[in-house]
Order: sequence, then structure tokens, then C-alpha cells
Amino acid sequence: MKHAYIWGGILTIAFFSVVGDVLLARAMKQVGDVHALWRRSGLWTVVSRVISNPNIFLGVAAMTVAFFTLLFALSWGDLSLVAPAAASLTFIGNAFAAKIFLHEKVDRRRWIAAVLVAAGVALLAG
Amino acid sequence: MTFRKYLVLAGVTVFGAAGDSVLSHGMKQVGNISIHHLPSVILAVLNPEVALGILLLLVFIVLNMTALSWADLTYVLPATSMGYVLLALSARFILHEQVSLLRWLGIVLISGGVGFIAGSPALTSHSHEDPKSPLLTAKDAARNGAPAEEVVSGGVES
Repeated sequence: MKHAYIWGGILTIAFFSVVGDVLLARAMKQVGDVHALWRRSGLWTVVSRVISNPNIFLGVAAMTVAFFTLLFALSWGDLSLVAPAAASLTFIGNAFAAKIFLHEKVDRRRWIAAVLVAAGVALLAG
Repeated sequence: MTFRKYLVLAGVTVFGAAGDSVLSHGMKQVGNISIHHLPSVILAVLNPEVALGILLLLVFIVLNMTALSWADLTYVLPATSMGYVLLALSARFILHEQVSLLRWLGIVLISGGVGFIAGSPALTSHSHEDPKSPLLTAKDAARNGAPAEEVVSGGVES
């Protein structure tokens, strides 16, 4: 039963991390290239575009949920399992989510990169 | 990809890794924080290392959002995962901690993953959602044969 709780926690952390990453990435694509925008219209335009984008706040909210779930999960499970498992699943989940929701061209090269990094993170943080 | 963009990606990597390690070092000095005693969270922020860690992570967030404004999520994430490698290497060579064989294997895998996306295009998605996006405007301008400087100011670099 404890295992179910821990893995439920890990999946919840990964899910909300992916949601947060995707929303933040989408928001920044809607804002547009920050360098170009700053050069053309000034810093204030960049800041006002960023803070007027609702996806930013939804993304930050999702990341906050992920963070507090991590804190709770750490009280049930071992840090050496929870942190790397959640980080690895987030990498893989992001590749799927970016393809589906952000319409990124996740080619074989990027899949391999995502899998290698996910495996590496699992080994390093474990 | 311009030199400045590589610099931003390097900044995401370094500030993320430095922020994480300074914050975790500071939190170990502060000790356990109980959810039943929330004022201890505020006290934790008064620890200079915790405060510095939070400051570094704020810089990380701003740089990360900047990178996401001109590159794909599936490009930025692997590119900046070298932070894990930096942490392990600094543990070995600065803190003189023992790094196990499995961790070295992890370093090799992450570096390999970063190598796979290095040199590939940073942006593949199309910003259909927002017609006002300067990126899209620049693409349209390029398609319609607008002056070159207009295109450059729109920021379409690969």
C-alpha cells in the first residue's frame, strides 16, 4: 500500500511538472522572442506581455502543486527514489506533451536525447 | 542560434545548478521545517545561503523563460540538463566527494543526450495561437519578401 502512495505521489509530481512546463513554454511562445521584442519595444513591453499572459500564472500554479506534492511524497518515500523518478518521468512526459500540445517536431534525435537524459538523471540523482 | 542565445542556455544551466545546491546547503543549516510550524519557513529565508539560493533561482527562472520564448521545450530541457552534470562534477572536483561508477554513467548518458540535440534546430513549433507573435510576423514578412532588416528585428535566427 505504501508503494502505491509513493508511486501515486511520483506520478502526480511528474504530471503537474509537465503541465507547468508546457504552459510556461506556450506562454513564452505567445509572448514572442524576448530579445527581439525588447530591442524593438523596450523592456516594459516584454514585462507587461509576460504578466498579462494567463498561461504564465496557470503554469506557475501547476509547478507549485508539483513542489508541494514533492514535499509530501518525501515524507512517505525516500528522496533517492522520489526525486530521480519524478525528474525522469517529467523529461519523458514533456517530450510527449510538447509534441501533442505545443506541436513541436519531436524527431528521433529529440526522443533519443530525452530518453538518454531521463536515464542519466535517474542514475545521477539515485 | 546566435552566441547570445547559447549564453542564455549556459546561464539557465549554471544558475539552476548553483541555485539548487546553495539552497539545499542553506536548508541543511536551517534544519527540518514542519508544516505545522509555518513561521519557520520565513525564518529560513533569513539564512543568507537560503536567500542567495532563492535569488539565483529567480535569475534561472527569468533566463529559462527567455530561452523558451525562442526555443522548443524539447530543446531547452535537454540542453540545460548539463546542470546535473555540473553538480556531480563540482561534488567530485571542488568538494572532493566520491562519485560512484553509476553516477559517472549518468554523466555520460546526459552528456550524450545533450550531444544529440546540439546543432539541431532550436525551434520547430509554429505559433498558430497568437497572430500578433513577432516571430510569426517576421516569418510572414520573410515570405512576402520584406526588407532583410525587418526580418532580423523579428528574431528569426536558427
